[in-house]
Amino acid sequence: MAETLAPAFTGADVPDMAALRTCVHCGICLPVCPTYRVLGEEMDSPRGRLYLIRAAAEGRIGLTPSLTRHLDLCLGCRACETACPSGVPFGSLLETARGQVERQGRSTTPRLLGRLIFALFPRPDRLGAALGALGLYQRSGLQRLVRAAGVLRVAPRLAAMEALLPVVPRRADVPVLTPARGTRRGRVALLTGCVQRHLYPDVNRATARLLSLAGWDVVAPPAQGCCGGLDLHAGRLDELRLRARALTAALPDDVDWVVTNAAGCGSAMREYAHWLPGDAGVARLAGRVRDVSQLLVDAELPLGRLGATVTYHDACHLVHGQKVRNEPRALLARIPGLRLVELADSELCCGSAGIYNLLEPAMAERLLAMKIERIVQTGARIVVAGNPGCLLQIAKGVRERGLDLEVLHPVQVLARALDQGRSFGEQDLGR
Amino acid sequence: MALTRDVIDALRKILEPDALVTSPEGRMVYECDMHTLYKGAPDVVALPRTTEQVQAIVRVCREHRVPIVPRGSGTGLIGGAMAPRGGVMVGLNRMTAILDVDLPNRCATVQPGLINLWLTRAVAERGYFFAPDPSSQMVSSIGGNVSTNAGGPHCLKYGITTNHVLGLQMVTGAGDLVWLGGKTPERPGYDLTGAAVGSEGTFGLVTAVIVRLLHAPEAVKTVLAPFATIDDASETVSAIIAAGIIPAALEMLDQVMIQAIEDGVGAGYPREAAAVLLIELDGPRAEVEAQGERCAAIAREHRALDVRVARDEAERALLWKGRKEAAGAVGRIAPAYLLQDAVVPRSKLPEIMRRLQEIAARHRVVMANVFHAGDGNLHPLICYDDRDPDELRRATEANEELLSACIALGGSVTGEHGVGLDKAKKLTLQYADADLNFMYRLRRVFDPDHLMNPDKMLPSHPACGEGFRPARPVLPPGAWI
Ligand code: SF4
Ligand code: SF4
Repeated sequence: MAETLAPAFTGADVPDMAALRTCVHCGICLPVCPTYRVLGEEMDSPRGRLYLIRAAAEGRIGLTPSLTRHLDLCLGCRACETACPSGVPFGSLLETARGQVERQGRSTTPRLLGRLIFALFPRPDRLGAALGALGLYQRSGLQRLVRAAGVLRVAPRLAAMEALLPVVPRRADVPVLTPARGTRRGRVALLTGCVQRHLYPDVNRATARLLSLAGWDVVAPPAQGCCGGLDLHAGRLDELRLRARALTAALPDDVDWVVTNAAGCGSAMREYAHWLPGDAGVARLAGRVRDVSQLLVDAELPLGRLGATVTYHDACHLVHGQKVRNEPRALLARIPGLRLVELADSELCCGSAGIYNLLEPAMAERLLAMKIERIVQTGARIVVAGNPGCLLQIAKGVRERGLDLEVLHPVQVLARALDQGRSFGEQDLGR
Repeated sequence: MALTRDVIDALRKILEPDALVTSPEGRMVYECDMHTLYKGAPDVVALPRTTEQVQAIVRVCREHRVPIVPRGSGTGLIGGAMAPRGGVMVGLNRMTAILDVDLPNRCATVQPGLINLWLTRAVAERGYFFAPDPSSQMVSSIGGNVSTNAGGPHCLKYGITTNHVLGLQMVTGAGDLVWLGGKTPERPGYDLTGAAVGSEGTFGLVTAVIVRLLHAPEAVKTVLAPFATIDDASETVSAIIAAGIIPAALEMLDQVMIQAIEDGVGAGYPREAAAVLLIELDGPRAEVEAQGERCAAIAREHRALDVRVARDEAERALLWKGRKEAAGAVGRIAPAYLLQDAVVPRSKLPEIMRRLQEIAARHRVVMANVFHAGDGNLHPLICYDDRDPDELRRATEANEELLSACIALGGSVTGEHGVGLDKAKKLTLQYADADLNFMYRLRRVFDPDHLMNPDKMLPSHPACGEGFRPARPVLPPGAWI
């Protein structure tokens, strides 16, 4: 370890030294960090990771495999950001550092898998085709064959991907326009999302239904592409910028809000302006992004009775990325008959973290086990989370353990309460 | 001192494969605690899970004469959890279990790495709490609290860590596994628990702690009183104590600190105040009500701008969050700071506050103040830019002057943070040679080979050549692997 290397970060998008220097090494972020909770070691804590990024920026170390490893193991959950009293912007520091690692070709991510994921996920069309094939794979009995053959045992990351996927629903899109019901409050655009659209079409439909009941015209342009969230979290900043511009062009400009129901997307979109300074269109979009719960929380909704014990898991990119903590809870608590019980460590990441559970299955599994254990302790029959990644991950844990637990998005629970209410069912919306 | 292959191999045999940190990057992140001015990376970091492993580590180190540095959460402010002479750092962060909760006897046995607040969380539902509440309690470990004999806002009423430790299990520097003290408070023999609490890892490695648990008080009242001058606030403190009231906590924060906290945490302290007092009363409801009224009246008599009582637990928690995260929030004003922990007799508070302002102004440094006013324990944070050598020099000078001012008023160099590397040399200001030598001989009883946390806690001893050496030379990669 030589003392005076050149700074390890070069070119554009280097980690911001002023931001790195706001870390006073107090350690308040340690206990909220999932990897620190599991490993109990400084290198895999926020404080340790910042120390390493700073050491690289100062030329004390290079972009060594060891540094890269500790960055790779970070979930990007940003729990440390919420905890930090000094305001260290951990998320953007991590993303720029990762970008440098990626650009300098030092990534430890298995290349083929990484390439496959980035070829599929951010491309709703390709993902749709792939998932169509997967639905066939599951329904045809081939899945049983493959599992029985033990192919997956020798390829843990492939196994992680295979185990994650729920039964793929048949395609069902949300209408391009769902008009407001009752008193009209305005007009919103709905981001339909890559994963949400294909794996949880129900969530999009329930979102549109609830928003329209709340008085919003809901526009959902069919060709809207990906928000770039996965690119951002992997440090692929140029790709993020391309997608941000494309999405801005694809979404209508004459709306009051841009609504997301996938925490990861909403969080990424709110940060567009940081990554594309000076682009007014992108900044306008970023400033109008709201999670669906924020638009529903003060709306009159004809919710019927739903006698169930429910617990709520805080999706990292809602609670830490967008500071949305109370709205989903308040909405759920409004449902007559519903008992909402707090989940211990509800802000601890479930291990999903975008595509993290595919790249780092071992750590993701340990976090999932912690999450499931705490969910079971609540005695709830329904666990709710506002992000498709969390839904996939927790549902996988539930499925593998044979637990009698439903895993739902808040809007799905609300939609059920609507069905119980005196109001119109979904069919009334004239799909 | 580079470790030989033998040491590494012996440690590998003791520990799980992922429990020995040898990479330069891994060792680097352990080179300092919250006192980032002192850096010294260990040669390896061991992360044991069991007492047996801890004992085996000490035995290997003893056999090879390798220094041992214990570390908890690394939140110390005195350069305690860093390795000025390299050696083996023992990170206790994987030993976090609550081994036993014994409510009939009002105590719990915990492993040293357990985070302070987690113990209270585990027993709160049953109406109990662990009283020592250093501001770092959301992250600092009980082992670390024990080793520094940590205080906290509530030690005004409840006492410091040593008052809440009934017993300790420790692997001494000689490699013996011993119990000091135990569940029953009255025991024959020497009070070695008392000697070991606050020994900063110079006696050995603590592997379990029996701590007292207290019944949560019936009522708690938290009052925030802003003032237009620091003098008014200091005099209010003296008047409250003079009235015979012992609040659970009595904290003061000055304007620079208020700004940092409001920027960082948004605790709801009025930004225009020159100082605020955070007064907390707890106990039986009727008594708390009466004392609350009395404190409010005293504050108003001393020209408080306002007296605000926290309406509910959420508001109370927020007021405290601001106070507890103060040291972190200062990162908003400056990238680095020197933090003092000096104590003055309570009655000298107004006087020392005036002196501090004057010293800061003369050395042209920004100073933020937060302190346990009730027991005269000051925490001035002297800000500096770590890239500006001149500013560091001025900050250091101001720091020294300030310490001398406290001692001159009959105070102490440290209240609750411990001594560490930072204040070891300062002990000569407070103790005679005979006193120091005696402490030194006590240390030798536990640690005959002088391997435990060298250079910390006591100043250099002429007889054995112990003393602070700055950073040791950095090793070339692969020197010992
Ligand atoms: S809480 Fe913030 S300032 Fe403190 S160590 Fe973590 S990142 Fe640094
Ligand atoms: S983003 Fe999450 S995993 Fe990464 S350092 Fe912060 S808290 Fe830990």
